[in-house]
Order: sequence, then structure tokens, then C-alpha cells
Amino acid sequence: MSSWIDLSANELLSQLEAGQVTSQEVVTAFLDRIHQVDPKVHAFLNLFAEEALQKASVVDERRKNGEKVGLLGGLPVAVKDVLCMKIGATTAGSKMLERFHSPYNATVIEKLEQADGIILGKTNMDEFAMGSSTENSAYNGTANPWDLERVPGGSSGGAAACVASQMAPLSLGTDTGGSIRQPAAFCGITGVKPTYGRVSRFGMIAFASSLDQIGPMTNSVEDAALLLEVIAGHDPSDATSLDRPVPNYREALKEPLKSFKLGLPKEIADFNPDPEIQKAVEAALEVYRETGATIEEISLPNLKYAVPTYYVIAPSEASSNLARYDSVHYGYRTDRKAMMAGLEEGDSPLVQMYSQSRAEGFGPEVKRRIMLGTFALSKGYYDAYYLKALKVRRLIRQDFDRAFEQVDAIIGPCTPKPAFKIGEKVSDPISMYLEDLFTVGANLSGNAAMSIPCGFTSENLPIGLQLQVPALEEERLFRIGHLYQQVTDWHQRRPSLG
Amino acid sequence: MNATVTDAAYTTIIGLEVHTQLLTKSKLFCGCANRFGEEPNTLTCPVCIGMPGVMPVMNREAFRLAVRTGLALQGKIASFCKWDRKNYYYPDLPKGYQISQFDLPFCEGGHLEVEVEEGQAPSKVRLHRIHLEEDAGKSMHDESMGGRDSLVDLNRTGVPLLEIVTEPDIRSPEEAKAFLTELKLLLVYLGVSDCNMQEGSLRVDANVNLHLPGESGETIATPIVEIKNMNSFRAVERALHHEVVRQWEEWQATGKKKGEVPKQTRGWNDEAGETFAQREKEESSDYRYFPEPDLVPVTMTAEQIATAEAEVGELPQALRTRLQSEYELSAYDADVLVNQGKALVRYYLEVADACGDAKLVSNWLQQDIMRTLKERNITIEELPVSAPMLTELLKKVQSNELPRARARDVFAQMVETEASLEETMDAMGIKQVDAGALRELCQSLVDANPRIVEDVKGGKQQAVGALIGQAKKKDPNVNPGEVRKICLELIQAMGEDS
Ligand SMILES: [Zn+2]
Repeated sequence: MSSWIDLSANELLSQLEAGQVTSQEVVTAFLDRIHQVDPKVHAFLNLFAEEALQKASVVDERRKNGEKVGLLGGLPVAVKDVLCMKIGATTAGSKMLERFHSPYNATVIEKLEQADGIILGKTNMDEFAMGSSTENSAYNGTANPWDLERVPGGSSGGAAACVASQMAPLSLGTDTGGSIRQPAAFCGITGVKPTYGRVSRFGMIAFASSLDQIGPMTNSVEDAALLLEVIAGHDPSDATSLDRPVPNYREALKEPLKSFKLGLPKEIADFNPDPEIQKAVEAALEVYRETGATIEEISLPNLKYAVPTYYVIAPSEASSNLARYDSVHYGYRTDRKAMMAGLEEGDSPLVQMYSQSRAEGFGPEVKRRIMLGTFALSKGYYDAYYLKALKVRRLIRQDFDRAFEQVDAIIGPCTPKPAFKIGEKVSDPISMYLEDLFTVGANLSGNAAMSIPCGFTSENLPIGLQLQVPALEEERLFRIGHLYQQVTDWHQRRPSLG
Repeated sequence: MNATVTDAAYTTIIGLEVHTQLLTKSKLFCGCANRFGEEPNTLTCPVCIGMPGVMPVMNREAFRLAVRTGLALQGKIASFCKWDRKNYYYPDLPKGYQISQFDLPFCEGGHLEVEVEEGQAPSKVRLHRIHLEEDAGKSMHDESMGGRDSLVDLNRTGVPLLEIVTEPDIRSPEEAKAFLTELKLLLVYLGVSDCNMQEGSLRVDANVNLHLPGESGETIATPIVEIKNMNSFRAVERALHHEVVRQWEEWQATGKKKGEVPKQTRGWNDEAGETFAQREKEESSDYRYFPEPDLVPVTMTAEQIATAEAEVGELPQALRTRLQSEYELSAYDADVLVNQGKALVRYYLEVADACGDAKLVSNWLQQDIMRTLKERNITIEELPVSAPMLTELLKKVQSNELPRARARDVFAQMVETEASLEETMDAMGIKQVDAGALRELCQSLVDANPRIVEDVKGGKQQAVGALIGQAKKKDPNVNPGEVRKICLELIQAMGEDS
């Protein structure tokens, strides 16, 4: 049954604009698909079926009357549950916020609404975006649509899985150390981490503020360009958002790239990527060579410090960002009676309420990172950990700056290994942290990066190709990615979910 | 108790930490109104409540007022300053951290000249630094443990707060009070704060210890004690007095030096007139300061600093000097006027410039006007007699059109009826101002010549001629007939009185 869900977002948009289909029909098709497939995948935490159909009918009505319709023109969008929305709960995958209803919409949500995007629901994620498998969600994990026994990656696992399994044509994720790109690679879709400050973070529940970015997760580069165009731009509510005009990214795709240089970091080999992944990346390099690109070896000498640097800075900021979940003003609070009964001589009920609520409301990985960060910022350790990490971060940024003097983009595998089995790494946090090996550099440097599908392993697991460009060069990033997708069809492959 | 102190061979060392709320329309990092006295938790929004996902945006006006204060206190304004998070848990701190400035405050150094005793050379109290931060909310506790709930009001959360820290330059409780009085005057002159201690817009903590000469000429320091909860300048002075005596006695009893005991925080009980040990903090506080990643650093160009400088205006000390040099007022008179505040000085200058008799105007302000303000509990702006109205009145006094005593009656009447000078004089039957002066002259002659008065009373009406002659000598322009008539009336009136 070929249906609307088989089309890309841009194809659907053309059909909508041509009157071949209504937004209500499109939304219904995706909702049907969700009901059919999501019991297996569990990508969604919450659905807004009624609201979505209602909004779709309004957009259809406007289009019928010849009124102006926004850029997304009635296309469905899935939203990672880390973005605050006035409807439904916003949980960030945590028990702490199980019943938290945001009184306001995140800026990107407002932008989606204004562009006439139809929000289908909220997608599953690792608790507070901490994780690389979505197993840290307090609401059960999400399965990889290509192999239901494997993880979809994380933390934006639900966001990636819902696009891969055709439950939504467009999806918003967030990326702090690779949380968009790694699940995109694992699920065989396109995932973009924009330049730091390109998209407003206002209303995104913070994990590590100096690294977090919201970005599109889609079936193609063209679709990502459409979604980024909608969500990018300066926001007076986010002091770190960049006050720069938003280019017409889709228009940029039409301009072909003439000759360009891609840099392959020689350090990647030091980390022994899976041979099948290496082979797929080499094949991708060959595709680029054939289109006229030159490939150069470059060096990112401090890449080996990227993960340790990241795992000092991100938990430090997180330990402070998550301090607000203290059970005083909102969020999970421990049972008062039981707590008071358990008080011992000299215990402060206030301190007990704090520690017990947080002990019960947060999962183990979140607690681990809060402790890591608290330690790194403590008196006597600050210089050796946090301050040192900031210095190394500067060096890593310099590595990238130097590389970009030499090449137009950096190319390489997105992850060292393909999707792993559910439960495989749960008890081994370090190996889980190493999932971020190739992706954290873009977060530490603030540059833009993207993962696009470039092949499959012998076990039919998707392989992601990562492209990285300097800050605010998303147009270049999209052109290079789009060029590849014009001559390959990896991005059009779909898992068979029955 | 004081007997041991009078001959004490020690120096009192005092440093102050003053927190003052800035008079901005809105809070430091959100758009909520900055107002005192509203219903609890009505001046709040997701940002100042610390909801998930919110981000701070700096209030430029608050920074402008802060810089103006720094410049007025002769501090060095940083060309680059940043924000830091001060992490600690408290129910009135909803984010779990306070946005403050740690190692790079916007202002360093500076000083304030303070006159401790009249006629003595002013002392210079150096400032260590000034920084800007957000205020916390207000907690009301049930201290009985386990009884009622504690209550939190977040209206104050996020109100811009300046922290002004002095060097330990203050040598007596009196000097501390004088410093605070002068600082408050300056802040009010600058229009940056209303410095209302009752409403908490000015708060003072004092650090105090004693320096004693050791046996071999070295200086011995007693442990530093921080005193909190003093709610008036008088309380600060009294608390310091008490603490100095207490520390002296403790030194004599224990011989404990600074560094040998942990820094103590003591509260002030105003009714009992003593300081008391406050519950020791659980551990020595580690606020885990780190740069606030949600805000960008603040830069100040030389031009911006120059602009701020122009907004400082004339400060109390400069005004005192000018009133003495340009208006030839005594130091005492200048001090009285300046200490009344900027508006009264402005009023004074306007009238004095128009009348040309600075001393006359000063006397009027210090007598009739200040008394009226006090009696009616109004400000100079609320006084019905405006500066031009007083000018008009005093000009009549200067030209002898209105005797001084009569002018005071007129003034009182003008305050009462809020009418103009002309209306008031009409109402009081003072039709011809000349007549008033003439009547005053006649009265003085009658008063000065009791013998002639007796003669007239005795029937010798012609004796009045002598008075006419004297009047002519004093003012050649008097109308002899008028003088005769008035003098006879006056003498007759005296007759009736007796
Ligand atoms: Zn607010």
C-alpha cells in the first residue's frame, strides 16, 4: 500500500499545495501509522490526535479560502519531549516531571505553530537528554525500527525512530553531544545539529546550556532544510541566540556546488570504527570524488580529549541546571508522611524533602551526572576539572578552526559502531559515553554538523555519515549533503515493520 | 560594662556589605514588575519561578543604574564583566542557583568620604567591589519543626540587587553609621534606589573584629564575626557596639585568635540589645560558582562609560562644597540642606538664585519650610508653596513690602489654602504691601518711644510729631499723614490692650 506516509515532507508539501491531499488526510495517515506501528517501536510518549486534526482542518480551510498558509503548510511534526508545550505534560523523559504541565510554549513550538506545522505528539528520550540509547527514559525505551531488539540511539531516540518508521515526516530533536546525529545514524535518517545559537533554546529543558541545540530530524537533507528554516532565527528570550538573518535553505540547495574540499580527520582511525562502517564511509568518499570533490586528510589533534572534556563540562552545567527540580515549587515530591516518619534526630525536614524527592524522582544516569558535575565544580577540584576542561574546549575549537582553513567540510563516520542491543551497555556507562566520540566535537566547538545515511551493515543496520562545517554555514552543509542524496538512495530505504 | 572598653588598647576593624535593590521598572532577568507590597506570588512568571526551559535576559536599565552607582562611588567600571551562578538550595531560590557576579564584577575599587564628627576631617572608606545580582524570594518559616508549612513569596525573586562591599576601613560603630547614612544619601541622590530598610530595599551585614598589639609589637586579630538582621542604621551602630565589647570580653576569656575558630555569623536582637550566635551552617559553604552559560558577558565601551558618567549628576559632597563656596553658607547650613535630599536642594537653589540672598533663603528653608514638611509629613515636591511662589514672597520681604513676621503668616496661610501669594494677601487684607512695611516702621517707632506714647495717651496728640520726624529720617519717602494716623491707631490699640 503506497500512501502519503511514503512521501518526503517536501513531496507532501507540494501535494498539499497542489490540492492533491488535505492536511487532515495527511495527519490521519500518520496517526493511523502510529497506531499501527508505535506499539512495537514506542517512539511517542504522548499524542495530540484531536488537537492535530483540529489544527489541520483550520489549515485546510485557510488554504481552501486562498488565505496565507505558513511554510509547513499543514505538515505533521513530532516533538521531542524536552520542549515545553502548553498542551500535555512535558516530562523530559523523567519521573521528576511526570505531571509537569508547562505554562508556556518553547520558542520553537511557537515557530512551528506559526508555520502551520501540525504537532502530532511528544517523542521518547533519555531522561533529561542524558544518554545514547533512550534506555534512560523513565517511560520505557524505544526500539530501533530496523531491529526491534536494538536501541534507536539517543537521547533523541523517539524522534529518530518515529521518522524512520514513517510515523512522522518531520521531527525535532536536541543535540548536546550527539543526541540528534547518533540516533539519526542508528535509525537511517537525516539529523542536523545546527550552529550553537542558530535556534532558540528558550523552552528547551536544559541539559548543558553551552552545548544544547535543537535541530531537525527528517527523511532527507531537503526536508531538514525546510524545518530548519522554520525554527532558526534570533529570539529576544534567548540571550545566546544569534542575531543573524535566516537564509532560505531550500533555495540554497538549488545552487550546485562547484569544487569543494572535504577533510577526513586522520585521528578517526585511532578509534577503530567498525570495518563495515569504515567501508561505507570510504564508499561515500568515492561518491563525493565522482561529483568533483577533493578529499584531504586533516588533523584534529585534540579529538582524543573531546569525550573527557565533554563529560566534565556537560555534567557541571547539568548539576546546576537540574538543581531547580527540588520538589518545592513543582515536580515530583516524596510522600510527606513517610518522609516525616523516617526522620531521625537532628534531621532537617527540608533537607530530607530535597534529597528524598530527588533520589526518587531522578534515574541513575541523571544522578551519576549530577554527582560528576557537582564534584567537578567543587572547591579544590574546579581548577583541575572544570577550568581545565574549558581550556581544552578552546583547543578543540582551534583544531576545527584550523581544519576549516584547509577544507570546506569535515567528513567521517557519525558513530564508531552501529546500533547495539537493548541492555547491552546499560551497566557500562563508559562505553555508552564513547558513543559520542565523533559527535561531541561539533558541540564543543559550536559548529554545525549533520548525519546522513550512507549504507547498511551486513545485519541490515543503518550507517551514518557525519558532515561538519563552520558555524553558520548550514547552507554549505545542506548543499554537500543534498548532493550526496541526489546520487544515492540510502535515505529512501525504509525498515519493514510489517 | 563599657568601663573595660574605654581604656581598651585595641582597634576596631569593621567592613560592611550593603545590599540595595535598584529602582527599575522590571526585574533583572524577566519582564515582571519590580514592586514592593503586592499580594504574594503575583509578580512572577515562568522565568523568575525557575520553570524548566526558561532563560534569563539581562535588564539593560538595571545595568545602567549599577554602572551609575559605581561611577558615583569612584569605582573602576570593567570593560568586560560576566555572570556566574552561585549554587545553593533554598526554597526561596527556585532555580537552585542565584545569578550573580563572581570573579569579574562590573565595578572594582572606589571610595566614599564620610564625616564622622562635625568639624573633623572626613575619613575615606575604600570600597572593595560592587556587583549586580538577582534577589531571592522571601521565606516565612515555621521554626517549631513539623508544625505548619513554610511559606514562600517569589515577588522579590529576580529583583536587581547591588552588593557594595567595603574594605575593612571602618574604625568605629559611629563611623559605620555615618558611612551608611552618606551611602544612602548618595544612592537616593543618584535615583538608583529608595533605600528603604523596612521594605528590605537596603540591607546591611557587618564584619567586625579587633586588632590588638602583641607583646613583640605584632598585631593580633580576634576572630571575624559577621552580624546579620539589623534593620536600621541605629541598629547597626548598636550591634557593633555590643559586638566590640563582646569580642573584647571573649578575647580576654579565651585568647582565641582569628583563624583558630571558624568564622561566626551572629544575629542582632534589637529588643534585647545583643548579638546572638546563629545556627552554624552545616558545612562551610561551597557555592560552586561557574560562568552562567545562558547569558553573554557584558562589555562597556569608553563611550558608554562616558555616557553613564554624564548621568551621575551632582553628588552630596560636591553640593555641600558648592553651597559653601558659591552661596557662602556655613558648613552646618550646607550639610542640613544637602542631607534633606536632592529635591530640597534643587528648591533651595532655585529660590536662592532668584532672590540673591542665599542666607535668607537658607533660614527660611531650615525654619518654616522644613518644619512644615515635618509637621505635614510631606516632601518638598508636595509643598503647596512652589519655588517661584516662595521667591515672590521673599522678594517682598527683601523690599520691605512685607514685614518678616507678616511674611511668615502669609506663608503659613499659603500652605494652608494652597492659594497664590496675591490671593493670600488679599484674603488677609494686606492690600497695599507698602502699607505693611509702613505699619512695621510705625510699630517699631512706637515700641522704641514709650515716653512719647505716654504723652499721646495723656492727651498730647501733637507729641506724635516727634515720631513722624524719626520716620522721615528712616525713610524720606514716608507719608507723614499716614505715619501720624498709623501711630495714633497703634497707641490707641495699646491703650485698649492694657
Ligand atoms: Zn518574572
